[in-house]
Amino acid sequence: MRSIIISSVFLLMTGLTGPAFAESGGPEVSAIDIAKEQLQTNINIVWTCVAAFLVFFMQPGFAMVECGFTRAKNAVNILMKNLMDFSVGSIAFFLVGFGLMFGVSNGLFGTTHFLLSGTEPGGHWNWTFLIFQTVFCATAATIVSGAMAERTKFVGYLIYSFFISLFIYPVFGSWAWGGLLDGGGWLEKLGFLDFAGSTVVHSVGGWLALAGAIVLGPRLGKFDPNGKPKAIPGHNIPLAALGVFILWFGWFGFNPGSTTAGEGLIGYIAITTNLSAAAGAIFAMFTAWILMKKPDASMALNGALAGLVAITCPCDGVSPVAATIIGAIAGILVVLSVLFIDRVLKVDDPVGAVSVHGVNGVWGTLSAGLFNMETGLFYGGGLKQLGIQALGAGTAFLWAFGIGLALFFAIEKTIGLRVSAEEELKGLDIGEHGMEAYGGFQIFITT
Amino acid sequence: MKLIIAYIQPHILRDVKKALYKAEVYKMSVTNALGCGEQQGYEESYRGIKFEVNLLKKVRLEIAVNEDFVDKTIDAIIEGARTGQIGDGKIFVLDLKECIRIRTGEKGSKAIG
Repeated sequence: MRSIIISSVFLLMTGLTGPAFAESGGPEVSAIDIAKEQLQTNINIVWTCVAAFLVFFMQPGFAMVECGFTRAKNAVNILMKNLMDFSVGSIAFFLVGFGLMFGVSNGLFGTTHFLLSGTEPGGHWNWTFLIFQTVFCATAATIVSGAMAERTKFVGYLIYSFFISLFIYPVFGSWAWGGLLDGGGWLEKLGFLDFAGSTVVHSVGGWLALAGAIVLGPRLGKFDPNGKPKAIPGHNIPLAALGVFILWFGWFGFNPGSTTAGEGLIGYIAITTNLSAAAGAIFAMFTAWILMKKPDASMALNGALAGLVAITCPCDGVSPVAATIIGAIAGILVVLSVLFIDRVLKVDDPVGAVSVHGVNGVWGTLSAGLFNMETGLFYGGGLKQLGIQALGAGTAFLWAFGIGLALFFAIEKTIGLRVSAEEELKGLDIGEHGMEAYGGFQIFITT
Repeated sequence: MKLIIAYIQPHILRDVKKALYKAEVYKMSVTNALGCGEQQGYEESYRGIKFEVNLLKKVRLEIAVNEDFVDKTIDAIIEGARTGQIGDGKIFVLDLKECIRIRTGEKGSKAIG
């Protein structure tokens, strides 16, 4: 790598001095072009890898959010789920998922690039692209963990982790993003916009989470006999807050990194991303304040994430003011959605994963049809883009929720999806892992 | 010999300790406790759902004293812990049959002091 940079600089220098005595141009000019191209290639690799590492850091973010919003007796379990969905998913995506998503497509999914077998080890772009796409796949996979927290059998979760990274995420991804490498899907050919994955990553994860939470049923004590929801407070709000800050930080890789190129748009996307997150946190806080009389911290934290999820799709093509509006609506939406899922659907989602990723993934995807500066409804583009966005978001729901239901039912009927009532009461840390998260501390229950 | 047990508000412990020191009572055991009484519970809310917390956090003091220190100790606890509000706590006084200092094997009044 270093020798490439040195030779690039050398070429650049000879190229720059060239025209002074070689008015006719010729080989010197093309040397500049080669040097520029090599530099740009390397800058692209460096930036995309840095972004991938930032997105990887979203894994501890998710782990801390989920750990903080659940009870102390299940902390080891939730951390193990986060560790294993990344580990199992990384290998499944390398073996099969990446090929399904980005290999040469048969019209429905990719059929080459399994184990990246056609690519020489070394400096090829495909390796950079693989690590970048691996951490995206892992983001979708880990969303589900929170919604299924505190009651899922560990081995059942491992099986789910394998399948989402093996084909559930990659097949849908090939429809929207296959053309980013050697594939090509029907959604992207229609003109579906999803720059960094409000639908491809977040909605897919969110709808799988909804399917999992429905098949599992609520935690013991979540609803009273009349179906009235009860509070099960999380055990560590500081950890949850740290997790949200880490996710916000990681998102600067998620969205600006989706340029997969070192170019000027990175800074712009960082701005739209940040504005939307900020507006999401503020508007979620005020919505909770108005509806529930207090600025609930867990809702404000969810609001920041909702803003981030929503701007993920339209971040490259909307104005900063539009980004702020998109985030504000996401913040309001996430609070209403949490209350709706709790009180009306009566589905137990301990961390709000469905509201943050599923619902706001859809909102973000639709918002591109409204606010995109070239094709959006508010910019004279008519309803066409909005319709395509709705089609993509709807397809993601049918695909992820449908397969999710089938997969979780199949796991339930074979090895079992839920732990016993006794184990749930004692905590999954002891039952599933035989250890405590806070050895030496006595955990008090005050409610 | 008496064993004085007091349940007080946690945030008032500093004042109670100060009053006990002033009354020259230097020996005590302090533990965290949960309890409910006339104070009733209070409401917390989490993610839009209100819930009542009725076991409140309290601090339990245990002080073993000789007869001539009983009133002084009780007065000091009251001085430190009293706000006039419901929830200030209660003091129980029990007869203490025996007291043994582990290090020396001393018994009774000598062991307490």
